[in-house]
Amino acid sequence: MKLIRFASIDGNSNGYWGLMALLAAFILAALGSSYYMEHHGHHVTGMTNQIVWGLPHVFAVFLIVAASGALNIASIASVFNKKAYKPLARLSAVLALALLAGGLMILVLDLGRPDRLIIAATIYNFKSIFAWNMILYSGFMGIVGVYIWTMMDETVGRFNRLAGISAFIWRIMLTTGTGSIFGFLVARQGYDAAIMAPMFIIMSFAFGLAIFNLVLFAAYNGTRRELGDAIVKRLRNLLGVFVAAIMYFVVVFHLTNLYATEHHGVEAFILRDGGIFTQLFWIGQVVIGGLIPLALLYAPQLQGCRKSMALASVLIVLGGLAQMYVIIIGGQAYPLQLFPGMEVSSSFFDGVVNSYTPTLAELMLGLGGVAVSLIVVTLALKALHLLPISLADAVADPHHKD
Amino acid sequence: MKTVNTTDTSKRKFLGGAAAVAGIAIAPGVLLQTVNAKPDNEAVSNKVRWGMLIDTNKCGDGCTDCVTACNTENGLTGFERPETDSQWIRKLTLKDKQTGHVQTLPVMCQHCETAPCVDVCPTGASFKREDGIVLVDKHICIGCRYCMMACPYKARSFVHEDLQDQKDHAPRGKGTVESCTMCVHKVDNGENPACVTACNKEHKAMYFGDLNDANSEISKRLKQYGGKQIRADLGLNPGVRYQGV
Repeated sequence: MKLIRFASIDGNSNGYWGLMALLAAFILAALGSSYYMEHHGHHVTGMTNQIVWGLPHVFAVFLIVAASGALNIASIASVFNKKAYKPLARLSAVLALALLAGGLMILVLDLGRPDRLIIAATIYNFKSIFAWNMILYSGFMGIVGVYIWTMMDETVGRFNRLAGISAFIWRIMLTTGTGSIFGFLVARQGYDAAIMAPMFIIMSFAFGLAIFNLVLFAAYNGTRRELGDAIVKRLRNLLGVFVAAIMYFVVVFHLTNLYATEHHGVEAFILRDGGIFTQLFWIGQVVIGGLIPLALLYAPQLQGCRKSMALASVLIVLGGLAQMYVIIIGGQAYPLQLFPGMEVSSSFFDGVVNSYTPTLAELMLGLGGVAVSLIVVTLALKALHLLPISLADAVADPHHKD
Repeated sequence: MKTVNTTDTSKRKFLGGAAAVAGIAIAPGVLLQTVNAKPDNEAVSNKVRWGMLIDTNKCGDGCTDCVTACNTENGLTGFERPETDSQWIRKLTLKDKQTGHVQTLPVMCQHCETAPCVDVCPTGASFKREDGIVLVDKHICIGCRYCMMACPYKARSFVHEDLQDQKDHAPRGKGTVESCTMCVHKVDNGENPACVTACNKEHKAMYFGDLNDANSEISKRLKQYGGKQIRADLGLNPGVRYQGV
């Protein structure tokens, strides 16, 4: 393995500025959507007193989960001392910050009172997982910021491993906090499960890596830098393992529920009778987000085919969004059980499956968060020495033999 | 002079008797509250725990007097959008799947001792008063709706649009979460919540009082006849109890 040289990208091409303009347009649309929602009130969205968290939260939680996963490449390099991943650590850490920023923007702009963010930042109820998350998110920004500094400034390079280990521990805590937002909700049939926290961690591994792969491919293709097969092969195998692990956790989660009679109702709803949620579970999450990517990543005929790996990454992102939709919206659509064993009805939609139709404003707010993440990365690629000039096998593979 | 004196005395006896009869007649509703009402200059104390008891056997099928009274008292005018309009109290119809037995009952914020909404609120806007009443501080609620996700009773509403003609004693705000306040403004004045007052006009299915006072009517009834909690399995020790479910 030779010395790795990093350089910023030129960022002067029409493609670069076109991408920036496109992303800026999405961000403007998101800001407009948020203003529209806040001005008129949330009744102009699909969200109601039944489905209180909607499509914006699907995007937000997905991005926040993916953020901690995107840091994995850096962690593998500095925590587990795998040299092959070292050249990618900078991009990994910057992408993590970018994804978190995008997710948080959505969450904040969907608040009923986003103007009161300062209250959320200064008054804490320490029994609230949300309050923990405020600290975990801002701490993540700080620790990963320092981590990037130790990667890029040789004078503080000796602290790199310490910063890397701190960031790794912090990201595990962060995703535990995100999963526990749902895991700790005792009253809802679809949540109230300790497995939510580790399941979210493994989801973050796959979603974050899938996005990382796509950004890596786009950056190297767009700048015509060389990306060798050795590193791509490693990323490919890693992604496959993570997708399989998600499926394992999903199986355990549902099997546990299926064994307990009290959960048969919600399981029948998600797995069989839930309409859009059942379709999103089987077709979106299991087939598109799980089985097809596994086939694309592991089929012997496709080894070495980057397009199949890129396609698998896209499908994992789509499947991940479907999984978030099933968890967040599906979990609310299934009615609360105030009186188990009774048929319940009221003027307030008790006992009925709640419907939800997302509006354009919510979609644009969600996509705007994605655009924020991407524009941060696109800007950082131009402003910082993030990417190695070459990742050809001769440069990047520690086991390469000339 | 003697005659006049005699006449005066008999009048006083009559008036005194009438007052006593009237006093006995209204005592259950007023006397109890007078004892428990706190002076304005005194902080809310955990010596009392305000609670409600709902006898579902007396609850009128199709009667929504408690709902109407709540809406009127707290200025909850809707926008003809049932999915987003606030409902602080609602009538539930229950049907036993096995036996077909049907009953109705009102459900509102259950004012839990360990309230999940209070636990999950990031800013502490959801809070419980010392006397057990669970409220939302509209000034620091950021509208995240996590409390609505956490409430087992679907008791909370999010204000989805601009409001007009609010009541001074029940301030509300677009973009914040709200729920039954147990008519805290009336309780602090020694009065019953509006739903209880309305119900007592006909069906007399709702009782309000101090769960900590063994001599209060609600405590006596609960001791004598028992009372159930909705989702007792969650161990939240709600302040609202039900008989007949």
